[in-house]
Amino acid sequence: MGRFVIVFCLWAGAATAAEDLDKRTAALAEELRCLVCQNQTLAESNAPLAVDLRNQVREQLAQGASEREVREFMVARYGDFVLYRPPFKASTAALWLGPFVLLLGGVVLLVRRLRRPRAPEPALSSAERERAAKLLE
Amino acid sequence: MNKTWLPLGFIALLALLGIGLTLNPRQVPSPLIGKAAPPFELPRLDQPSRTFTQKEMLGSVWVLNVWASWCPPCLVEHPVVTELAKSVPVVGLNYKDAREDALPWLARNGNPYQLSVYDANGRIAIDYGVYGVPETYVIDRQGVIRYKHIGPLTPEVAQKKLVPMVKELRGG
Repeated sequence: MGRFVIVFCLWAGAATAAEDLDKRTAALAEELRCLVCQNQTLAESNAPLAVDLRNQVREQLAQGASEREVREFMVARYGDFVLYRPPFKASTAALWLGPFVLLLGGVVLLVRRLRRPRAPEPALSSAERERAAKLLE
Repeated sequence: MNKTWLPLGFIALLALLGIGLTLNPRQVPSPLIGKAAPPFELPRLDQPSRTFTQKEMLGSVWVLNVWASWCPPCLVEHPVVTELAKSVPVVGLNYKDAREDALPWLARNGNPYQLSVYDANGRIAIDYGVYGVPETYVIDRQGVIRYKHIGPLTPEVAQKKLVPMVKELRGG
């Protein structure tokens, strides 16, 4: 019985470790770009290279590499382009800041427009008023 | 004020997007340019019992060409590689191929390679950042990658880029 429990625990331990590895691989593959079909992540793509790179991610994590080390491995070979979250640096500043600049520009335009004094409503002559009243009836 | 700025902003945006359209998103700049060619020791395609390492090319300017028999663009660029191989040693990296396909392919289309190495599972190609076969690297005497071309070589790229570069690297 005791032996059975030990075997079971080892088996369960191995199973959770494998599950954990699966999860970490999947999470990391979600943030890496498939270079063959560039608008997909490594996790989504079934291109042969994506499969190879996923295996590579898994293998390295299994060997004890950290997420950061795996990411560095990919960047060293394929460049920042493989990261769906590229690092902030001079060449990517426009990418990271651009949306905020545009948003700010939009807010400035909006505020200006709202502040502009409204044109006075055109006064209606009594004839026009009568016509409007008739139309509304 | 808005009346002058809005169209200007619009034109600037159009220009930016227009430039974007002329760029090729498949040409991902390689981080390997200027770095030592990743080391490998792989079996030769023609003689599985013998291995070849990139170290054997130290001291000469050479070209590494990633190819496969299952890759139609490789066939397209093959005449260009054949022409290139007349002026510079070209080593083939046979990528995720089978010997029984690759060897007849060379027999059929001619073998311009000094030799080809056999990267059956594509592991070495990952070290070279290969993602679209064919790819071509120019490597200098010190074993540093100086240039990478992704996709089939065209006669223009070979004549205007690779050949002058090899000449320059040999001279320097």
